Amino acid sequence: MDEIDRAIINTLQVGFPICPSPYKKVAKTLNISEQALIERLQTLLDNGILSRFGPMFHAEQMGGALTLAAIKAPQDNYDTMAEIINSFPEVAHNYAREHVLNMWFVLATETPEQIQQVINQIEAQTGLTVYNMPKIQEYFVGLKLEA
Amino acid sequence: MIEAIDLDLIAAVQEGLPIASRPYALIAEQLNLDESEVIARLSKLKQQGLIKRLGVIVKHRRLGYCSNAMVVFDMPDTHINEMGQRISQFHFINLCYQRPRHGDQWPYNLFCMIHGKSREKVLQQLSYLIEHCALENYAHDILFSRRCFKQRGALYFPRGSGFSHENRD
Repeated sequence: MDEIDRAIINTLQVGFPICPSPYKKVAKTLNISEQALIERLQTLLDNGILSRFGPMFHAEQMGGALTLAAIKAPQDNYDTMAEIINSFPEVAHNYAREHVLNMWFVLATETPEQIQQVINQIEAQTGLTVYNMPKIQEYFVGLKLEA
Repeated sequence: MIEAIDLDLIAAVQEGLPIASRPYALIAEQLNLDESEVIARLSKLKQQGLIKRLGVIVKHRRLGYCSNAMVVFDMPDTHINEMGQRISQFHFINLCYQRPRHGDQWPYNLFCMIHGKSREKVLQQLSYLIEHCALENYAHDILFSRRCFKQRGALYFPRGSGFSHENRD
């Protein structure tokens, strides 16, 4: 990854135009050719530095729902609990964190009702209490990590 | 209600945009539409907020952001909106939400994320935040992530996958 790649990542984290030749437009601001942008972007996706390129949708406006949830997984069967949770397609991501509540995951479902259904299923399969922490208020969402 | 054509369009792009000179023309071809209609419809979806943004999502660990911390505070309900907005002004705060407490098990109601390249840096930023927002008197905790078990977009339409959102850390 060189300076041009970093500039591409930083620029495309902010946005991508909706016009007939969007790559050409972005390439111009980066002072590179359209072909160079296309090739470099493909490489960044292929080698896994970028996980995704495209539209990010507003889950709730799409009719869907999101929540953050946590469990207290016992140390001696932590990995088994992680496997159970990860097996649910509704689990978008799952992290081990340093706390008594030591496993934190995000659920994303097609409808709001399904959140509770999935939580019930996870509780049934793990035998653990799921602490559901849906957002009440959003103050800021602007995940941009400078490359 | 989302129009049927828009649903087809969303399904066509949810896994990503084509990486080719005329990406919207390729999508149009696939859906039997004109390029101009695809552009108009995507612009409208973006304007309506259904599409929050177009662009890339990075694998933060691959860029060296290995210390990601969820920082949580127990904030009086009367102060939380003001403090949430203030905390959000700091450039190192990536996400900031109010979420419910769970009694003694979890007394915190203000959640924010700091992504850093080292723990030291993240802890410095947290100290700076606490000092500049006068947060010393509120109970807080910092939960660094240890392992990432799973990171992918959420699924919305069974037809496709990789439907991503930004509520991740």
